[in-house]
Amino acid sequence: MSDREEILALLRENARYSTEDLARQTGLDAEAVESVLADLESEGVVKGYQAVVDWGEVEPQPVRAAVELNVTLDRETGYADIAERLAKFPEVQGLRLVSGDYDFAMEVEGDSMSEVSRFISEKVAPVPEITQTVTHYIMESYKERGVEFGDGHDDDRLSVSP
Amino acid sequence: MTFEPTDRVASVPPSGIRKFFELAEEYDDIISLGVGEPDFAPPWAARDAAIASLERGQTSYTANRGMAELRDRIAVDARERYGLNYDPDEEVLVTSGASEAVDLAFRAFLDEGDSVAIAQPCYVSYVPSARFAGADVVDVPTRAEDEFKLTREVLEASGAADAEALVMCYPNNPTGATMTREELRPVAEFAREHDLLVFSDEIYAELSYEHDHASIATLPGMRERTIVFNGFSKAYAMTGLRLGYALAPPEATAAMNRIHQYTMLSAPTTAQYAAVEALNSCDDEVQEMRAQYDRRRNFVLSRFEEMGIDCFPAAGAFYAFPECPWNDSDEFAEALLEEQRVAVVPGDVFGAGGEGHLRVSYATSLGDLKEALNRIETFIEQH
Ligand SMILES: Cc1ncc(COP(=O)(O)O)c(C=O)c1O
Repeated sequence: MSDREEILALLRENARYSTEDLARQTGLDAEAVESVLADLESEGVVKGYQAVVDWGEVEPQPVRAAVELNVTLDRETGYADIAERLAKFPEVQGLRLVSGDYDFAMEVEGDSMSEVSRFISEKVAPVPEITQTVTHYIMESYKERGVEFGDGHDDDRLSVSP
Repeated sequence: MTFEPTDRVASVPPSGIRKFFELAEEYDDIISLGVGEPDFAPPWAARDAAIASLERGQTSYTANRGMAELRDRIAVDARERYGLNYDPDEEVLVTSGASEAVDLAFRAFLDEGDSVAIAQPCYVSYVPSARFAGADVVDVPTRAEDEFKLTREVLEASGAADAEALVMCYPNNPTGATMTREELRPVAEFAREHDLLVFSDEIYAELSYEHDHASIATLPGMRERTIVFNGFSKAYAMTGLRLGYALAPPEATAAMNRIHQYTMLSAPTTAQYAAVEALNSCDDEVQEMRAQYDRRRNFVLSRFEEMGIDCFPAAGAFYAFPECPWNDSDEFAEALLEEQRVAVVPGDVFGAGGEGHLRVSYATSLGDLKEALNRIETFIEQH
């Protein structure tokens, strides 16, 4: 693995590793780590650093929905144009073009179910190219971005063993 | 009539590990760096194969030597990874953990009163197993200044020349030492000159970070005098499934199987199904676990360096073996546990040459490692 791949792998595991910790784990010096990080950021490879939150554990809990969108394209409008328009809404947390029965998979977040519903019906559905929306409210999260939730992480090994 | 243990049993003291385990059990808020097993779960495909075999009711005894399919896969794997060529029908014996293979080898080839040279510090079971077999143990203490590698000098000084067999383990528990092919040459030469059998425990072979694992059995004239032990506990994180194996010439596996077929009959069947799948399809997971251990190893070694504690660069297994800042490693480990709630194992538990060191396992999450090493630093500063 290159230094770059190694550091990316570590950041995906924990974006809060300090430069010193990254250096200790990779065997690089702190300066080299800083320079790889600077490159990754300036090249737009690393776009940001966020926490993986189990919303089931906090109050108030935001309401989240996975929304399927179908669109029709015309000569002037492509997927990217529609995506650009949708992505601007702060309610939209994720937006991906996907293969299969629908075109876009969109993730929406709001304070309440009615707020999310209103956003879909008043802001999303009226976009002329959108022909259909199917909204799935997220009831419970078991895993987000590779991190499993729940209490399944108890270490049941003996504390001292051969 | 009373239950009076035999002299063999009575001659073996309770394990030093056990004492530390009991001490550690008194606290429920400790971070343990005392664990000799992976903190990962076995690859999912292997677990799934075990479950599927249970669902199909495949729980009968297998052939004494192990399922043919598994022996085939083990032979292919040993050839491809380590250049070890063994016939799956006659030279592979599947056992209940590498531990059973060690026990079988000792009982099959050591007579009452024979002596066996054991390179130390080492895994805690070799010396007791040798005693249970009635053999006398010759300590071969490897040295920190040799990075705990086995050298000709150490072998000569210890009187290993007169022993029946030499027991060695690289990558090593507890030191994390490894040996390259070149470094193994003089050891092989010594074994040939003095006509020693070699019992080589290579269970950490896949956890070798600085160079490819080299098996002493691949050196000239060694295959015919060596028994290689390996298993699924470490690389595949399958400790509780209890599956290991021995590779050796036909007459050796036949003698070991003579005991095995009466005592164990066959290794756990469910585990054998898991192991076939592990060898067939779990390479990526093994690589990923290894990559994680390697990063933790770098982390731990660099933290000890920052603390000014001498720790030779452990290159295998998942242990660091730093010098203990106090004279008495037992006392240090006890006080560290009491005051900072960090469990490490004192080096003397692992036999000759271990005193003055600590075994620090990095088979634990980086978060815990980080916290534990901070506490060790605080502890040292306070004393
Ligand atoms: C060097 C060594 N050999 C053998 C074993 C035991 O292996 P198994 O679980 O296959 O019996 C261990 C476990 O700690 C070990 O460290």
